Formats: sequence, structure tokens, C-alpha cells
Amino acid sequence: MTDYLFYPGCSMESSAKSYYDSLMAIREPLGLNLQEVDDWNCCGATEYVGISLTPAYALIGRNLALAHEQVTTSKTLVAPCSACYLNLAKADHYMAERPILGERVNEALSAGGLHYNPGSLTIRHLLDVIINDIGLDAVQKLVNKPLKGLRVAPYLGCMVPRPDYDKRWSDHEHPNELDRLLKALGAEVIDFPLKTHCCGGHMTQISPSTAFELIRRLIHSADQYHADLMVTVCPMCQMNLDAYQAETNRYFHTNYQMPIVFFTQLMGLAFGIDARQLGFGSELVDARPALTRIGVELPEPEPAKPKGKKPKRSGLPMPGDEEVN
Amino acid sequence: MTAQARTIKQVIPKSGNNPNLRFLEEVSAATAGVARLEMCIQCGTCGGSCPSAADMDHTPRMLFAMIRAGFREETLSSNTPWMCVSCYHCVVRCPQDVHIADVMYTLKGMAIRAKLYKDSTAPDFSQTFVDMVENYGRSYEFGLATRHYLKHFPLRLPGMAPMGLGLLNKKRLRVTPRQIRDIDQLKTILARAKELEISS
Repeated sequence: MTDYLFYPGCSMESSAKSYYDSLMAIREPLGLNLQEVDDWNCCGATEYVGISLTPAYALIGRNLALAHEQVTTSKTLVAPCSACYLNLAKADHYMAERPILGERVNEALSAGGLHYNPGSLTIRHLLDVIINDIGLDAVQKLVNKPLKGLRVAPYLGCMVPRPDYDKRWSDHEHPNELDRLLKALGAEVIDFPLKTHCCGGHMTQISPSTAFELIRRLIHSADQYHADLMVTVCPMCQMNLDAYQAETNRYFHTNYQMPIVFFTQLMGLAFGIDARQLGFGSELVDARPALTRIGVELPEPEPAKPKGKKPKRSGLPMPGDEEVN
Repeated sequence: MTAQARTIKQVIPKSGNNPNLRFLEEVSAATAGVARLEMCIQCGTCGGSCPSAADMDHTPRMLFAMIRAGFREETLSSNTPWMCVSCYHCVVRCPQDVHIADVMYTLKGMAIRAKLYKDSTAPDFSQTFVDMVENYGRSYEFGLATRHYLKHFPLRLPGMAPMGLGLLNKKRLRVTPRQIRDIDQLKTILARAKELEISS
């Protein structure tokens, strides 16, 4: 077993539950021992730093300080969410690069009886740990149901390969790590040109037309390459591409049905774990048609609405649909 | 002359006492790392790499020239920082290692404090998010989304209802917030951090 400190992040408890469930299902075969940081708080996403600097970094600093206090064996802190990972890495990096920031963060932390010396922890993303610590050979040995015949688009998004303070990725714009992992699982991996392009981030909330265009580009490209589904490593990317796909379709009068799943879910399938334990079925764009291609059958999802309440929508555009801006 | 350039009315300040002359220093001081803004060579790689440049009032390159020229008001009322999606494409491509994404965060905060950015949608979203985090220690997507959409996108709600119901039905949306155990400790830390704010 390899030990790590684990920072799940808020999404893993709600919108990205399938990421959490599938990670929990594969951690034992992988020999991942994840020690969750006790009483961790939100990382502030991309919002807090846009409001004020020192509080934003103190918010992240509390997580780093708690994690360091709770070190038993490993000093590596693993985050599965790209935004959490970058925020933790950034705080660790900038507290050292700009000593005045480090001092002020520590002064704030000391009000709560905490302290963090930048550099005392190594911050890494889950995918990096699986590929570089566990290794593709070990992963391949666990594969007993290869994903043969499944065409996948490897989608990494932004904040894992960039800015990449520790130079862990093969390239900032076209890294091949996720491709190699998916190939090790037996999948047919397309050479996805937009693999590190933006999913829209929080633009779905503040400038929908900007977000819809970014979402459209990604899904359109994966569709052009005849991908059966897209694979993500980040709860935000999954949320934007999956949950906002219908709204994007309405906005552009398109009809994409591109399932978006987490890499951990596909690892679980390849390891022969029951799909229901891996959170399949919680995606809004149904992944079942894609999964039947590799012989995975899932039961019909439970009815979306309570009985007796028939949805009014006919599938035709609603009057309010165009008024997104 | 482009339409964008024509909108910049302010002339380069002459007086040595003009606070705008120190605008670049101010922006750098309020940025997390070493901003390196003064190193910008105006090559335009940032704007050319930007996925949301089409929706920006000024490209990042132009904004940095404005900062150096002391165009405080124009800079802080520009929508550019708010259109930044934090994708870091410009950051890894910049030949001068300017911390572009972090400068954008800095400018957002400065614009809010100077009350210069007119569209409240983005600042409100960030503030609502921060309010939730300060109260619970965790993000609270359900509360955030309902509060934000009711205020800023009421017309989007009918179209979004199926998605919201879908997320609820698939248990991907928690209706009640979750609070961390030692919220008092977090509140104490954040209160102290606010007193220590670097830019103030």
C-alpha cells in the first residue's frame, strides 16, 4: 500500500459523487491508501482570489496547515479535483515565491493556532500519482476486462497540466499521460486536439454564451473523431460538459449526446468492478449506449420525475431559451 | 485606430503626484506571486492564446499597456479580467513569464473595491460563493445556484429546470449545506487575514 494525504474537495461529496465512488472502488486494487485530511475546508475555487488575496490564501493555508499537522507517513497531499489541486499547489508555491504573502498567511493562521511552512508538503493530482507512482505496468496487470472497442476522447482540461510548477507533465498543451493510461485499459484513444482546452469554468454562471461556445468546441471535436465518450479528470469539467450539454445544444440548435465520465470509472470497469459501484448512471447524458459497446449493461435509471407529474416540456425550444444573456 | 483604442480618453498623466503613475506597482503589490508585469514586451501571445478574447473589451496585452500607462479607470472598468477563464494557456506561452492569470484576479478585486466594474453578474457570483464558504467552510452549490440565478438569470430558469431536477434526482446536488467542524477557527483566521490584506 502507498500512503497519501487526501484532500477530496467539495464536489466529491455532491456533483462528482461518481468520481468519489469510483475512486473508492479502485483504491484497494491499486494499493492506494488515502488518509483524508480531517476537517478540511473549501479551497475557494476560482472565486475567492478574485475578491481578496490574503483571505483567499489563508483559506487554502488552513488546509495545508491541517494536512501537515496530520502527517503520519506520507507528506504527499493528493487532490482529485483540478481546481483544488492547483489552489493547494499555488498557495504552497506563492507563499515561498512572495515571502510577504507567506508571512501574512501565517499571521492569519496563527490566529487559529495553525502554521504552514511552504515546501513542507508535496501537492499532486490524483492522475499524476496513479501514472507516476503506481505506474502503467501495475495498472495494466489489474485489467481483466479490457475496454476493447470503446473509442474515448482523453480530456484533461486546464489546471492539471498548467501552470505545472513541479514540471510533472510531458507537455503543457498536449501531454500524453491520460492517453497512455486509457490505452493501458484497452480503450481506443483518439488523438484529441482539444485535450487541454477550457471547459468554460465558472462562465456557465456569469457569461453563459462564452461558456456554451467553449463547451460546444470540445464536444464537437470529440464527436468529429467519433468518440463514444469523453474522459475527464476534474469535477468542474464533468459538470460543465455533462450538465450543461443540453443547454448548449439548445443554444446552438445541435443535438450532441456525448457522455462524460471520470477516468476512475473506466479504470474500475477495466478492473472488472460492477458498474453500479462506480457511479455510472449519475451522468445526465446517458453513458449506457456507449457502455453496451463493451458489453456492460446497466439497469434503466429510476424515473426522473415523481409519479403523476408529467413533464410539460415537449422537447421544442421554450420561449425563455434564447434569453440566456 | 481601433474602436477599442478610441474609447481610451485619458491622456498620459504628467504630474509626478498623480497616483495613477504608480498603478503598475499597485497591481504588482496586490498580486499573489511576483507578477513580472513590467517585463511584458507587448508581443500579444496572451491575446492570441485566449479562448475568451473575443468577448473581452481589451486583450490582455492591451490591458497591460494600459496599466503601465496609468489608465486606472479604464483598466478597472474593463470586462477583460472577468472574462478570463483561468485556463493558463497565456501563462505557459508568455515568453516573459508574466503571471497573467494572477494579475487578472488582482484586477477583479481592485475593480470591486474601486466600484468601477459596472456589470454585477460576475462580482456577485464570486461574492455569493465566498459568503457561503465563510459561513460553512464548504461550497454550497444548491444555495449558490438558486440565489445567483434568481437574481441574474431568472429567464434562464425554465430552461434549466430539467437539469436541476436531473442533478437532484441523481443525488448530485445537496439541498442542505454542510459545515466543517471547526468553523470558528476558520472564521477567526479569515477575519485576521482581512485585517492583513496586502493591497490595503
